[in-house]
Amino acid sequence: MELEAILSLFSQEFFYSTIRMAAPIVMAAIGEVIMERAGILNLGIESMMMFGAFFGVVGAATFGNAWMGMLTGILAGAIAGALFGFIVITLRANQSVTGTAFNIIGYGLTTFLARVFWGIRSEPLKVSQFVDVPLPFLSDIPFLGYILFDHDPTVYIAYIVVIVSTIFLFRTIWGLRIRAIGEHPRAAETIGINVFRYRYVAALIAGGLAAFGGAMLSLAQLDMFVDRMSGGRGFFALAAVILGRWNPIGVALGCLLFGAGNAVQMRIQAFGLKIAPDLLIAFPFALTLLVVIVFRSTANPKALAKPYEKEATIE
Amino acid sequence: MPSAVRMENITKRFPGVLANDHVSVEIARGEIHALLGENGAGKTTLMNILYGLYRPDAGKIFINDQPVTISSPLDAISKGVGMIHQHFMLIPVFTVTENVALGEEAQGNPFVDLELTRKRILDLSKATGLHIDPDARVEQLSVGDQQRVEIIKALLRGVNVLIMDEPTSVLTPQEADELFVVLRKLAEEGKTIIFITHKLREVMAISDRITVLRDGKVVNTVNTREIDRDSLANMMVGRKIFLSFERKAARLGEQILELRNVRAVNDRGLLALKDISLSMRAGEILGVAGVDGNGQSELADVIMGLRPVTHGDVIVKGRSVVHKDTAYIIKQGISAIPFSRHEEGLVLTFSVKDNLILKEFYNPPFNKGGFLDFKVIQDNALQRIKEYDIRTTGPEAKVGNMSGGNQQKVVLARELSRKPDILIACQPTHGLDIGATEYVRQQLLNQRDNGISVMLISTELEEILSLSDRIIVMYEGQIMGEVPVEQADLQEIGKMMLGVRMETAKA
Repeated sequence: MELEAILSLFSQEFFYSTIRMAAPIVMAAIGEVIMERAGILNLGIESMMMFGAFFGVVGAATFGNAWMGMLTGILAGAIAGALFGFIVITLRANQSVTGTAFNIIGYGLTTFLARVFWGIRSEPLKVSQFVDVPLPFLSDIPFLGYILFDHDPTVYIAYIVVIVSTIFLFRTIWGLRIRAIGEHPRAAETIGINVFRYRYVAALIAGGLAAFGGAMLSLAQLDMFVDRMSGGRGFFALAAVILGRWNPIGVALGCLLFGAGNAVQMRIQAFGLKIAPDLLIAFPFALTLLVVIVFRSTANPKALAKPYEKEATIE
Repeated sequence: MPSAVRMENITKRFPGVLANDHVSVEIARGEIHALLGENGAGKTTLMNILYGLYRPDAGKIFINDQPVTISSPLDAISKGVGMIHQHFMLIPVFTVTENVALGEEAQGNPFVDLELTRKRILDLSKATGLHIDPDARVEQLSVGDQQRVEIIKALLRGVNVLIMDEPTSVLTPQEADELFVVLRKLAEEGKTIIFITHKLREVMAISDRITVLRDGKVVNTVNTREIDRDSLANMMVGRKIFLSFERKAARLGEQILELRNVRAVNDRGLLALKDISLSMRAGEILGVAGVDGNGQSELADVIMGLRPVTHGDVIVKGRSVVHKDTAYIIKQGISAIPFSRHEEGLVLTFSVKDNLILKEFYNPPFNKGGFLDFKVIQDNALQRIKEYDIRTTGPEAKVGNMSGGNQQKVVLARELSRKPDILIACQPTHGLDIGATEYVRQQLLNQRDNGISVMLISTELEEILSLSDRIIVMYEGQIMGEVPVEQADLQEIGKMMLGVRMETAKA
């Protein structure tokens, strides 16, 4: 009986929800990869996810369309990314402190604005949402078809982003430059690469992608805005970046692990085992900590989290 | 000869320093032109202006007789001017090909064609003799090879004027000679080379013409064939200098420091000292030569107790100090001039007087019943400033605002006034001007004559040869050989620096 229960844990449905849970984290983590490759540590992903989740709902309510909601959310995230960029790139503030401050503000501001926009209500505001679109033919593949190709469109976009970001980082001149800037910005500057410009671009992309991930939560998964709904996924994303060694495909696989951890704890809850639910919710976080300890890496970009200053001193 | 570059009346001011004062220089096409001067003479500043890293406060630049303004390195490269810095501007984790591709123009194609870049590198290698493996990661290359990558990078970007900032400072004599062959070849093909250096030997060996700078001004431009080293040295420093020292015969005392089969790992966990054995006696200078990064800093660390010894023994005055902490070792009478006075030697934000007591503040007379005696500290500072000729506004001055030479004098004053028995001197004249260099070297000799055992770790062979009684050469954590200074031969030491053991070096 127990064996059966354990086996049923890893059903088709389990893998399906693993993908679904991982997709928003993948989006945020890919953004973080690009930002860290450019040498900026963005601890504030969580806040950018929150902005995406909140403004996604605002946009969807305003325009009556989930896609417009998504765009609104991305725009909000990109603005947050640009502001973060201004503080850490131009003003050269400490990146960890700035990121932490962003997270506090992200939770507080979205909760506050939600009250302002929608008041206190017993039923959360429902807006138009993304619906599942099984891909023709692909979703008919036995077993895997349902797991991979029976999702809403945002999940498919996440697949595309993983591939495109890999090509971007490793096959394009911009990717080469971003990687150079994260390793040795002075060297990049001496061959004529504008370090500040590329870092800003990376910050915009990262903010936009994190917000995309956040809006997936509110527009595709929960279909409403809930206070603090990102629930630490931004930190998962940070861990996944380390686990995946700053490589989009590796990072996506890392996100799957966390998605799986989450799926496991949810299924165990559903079984009604006598384990405190709070402990179960903590399970993926504990898993994250463990994984980060086991797979600790020194492959990080060498200029990560170091503010860059144009040289103007005597030799 | 047509001019490749002409700079007229260039003036550049930094806070508190006039780095270039109406400097005019003309570089002919296809020549190797040396910019000679002491540290701080303004050579690098002038070239950083030509390369677009600094904007001049006044003055004009002409390239191929056309007036130009150069706003950035990119701008300089588009005008055919490239610069190779003293510290290489390469991405260590990238391959050679990726590093070269990074500098290429996008030209409408967003995708990098690494295969094409690779082919261009190989073609250029063949044409110029700059051999390199395009698929090697830069961090795995020797310093000489990394320099080749820099040259290839510049040439493939269509550079006609190549500025090289102190290119030999990181090379062995053999590697330097190879570089000279390449530069000569490039000049023959019509490239113009500007060679920044403070080494007379190289200037004489490689250049066609020489411009000497001193205190931000041009002293003269001369043809290399028509000048000798002594006149150049005089132009450089503006006074007669003594490049060699009076050395008394060593009066050797008893053995005071010994290393037996010492092993230690570097910061990356790799074995950096492989069974090092050596001994030092009182009253001698042991020179430790070698290219930077061959275990010298780890050697200093293990003696000072700053790095664990994984095998073997370090014996000071007959007693093992392995597993003792640094405070204990300092108390045994060991002083040190560390590699970096900024990071290890001094607290830059502290005053002169506080820096002078960093190693003794907990001892009387500075410590009186648990409190610092400010009067004694002040008097100590005044005395040291006088004794060591430290040029400063007073004991309260922040060392961070002082010149490198005076900072090093503060380190010397602190370390020598402790009356040590052993002095570990690591690159003691690095970055100092000739005056300060002379001073520091004389102090080391004085210590030796007073019966102190001095270990001189230096990558400057000239320094090693002029001060040491015995010389050992380190390569990849091993001692390649030991020679008394009287029998030292530059070629042989150069070979040992490249990893040839002495027995075979002699054969």
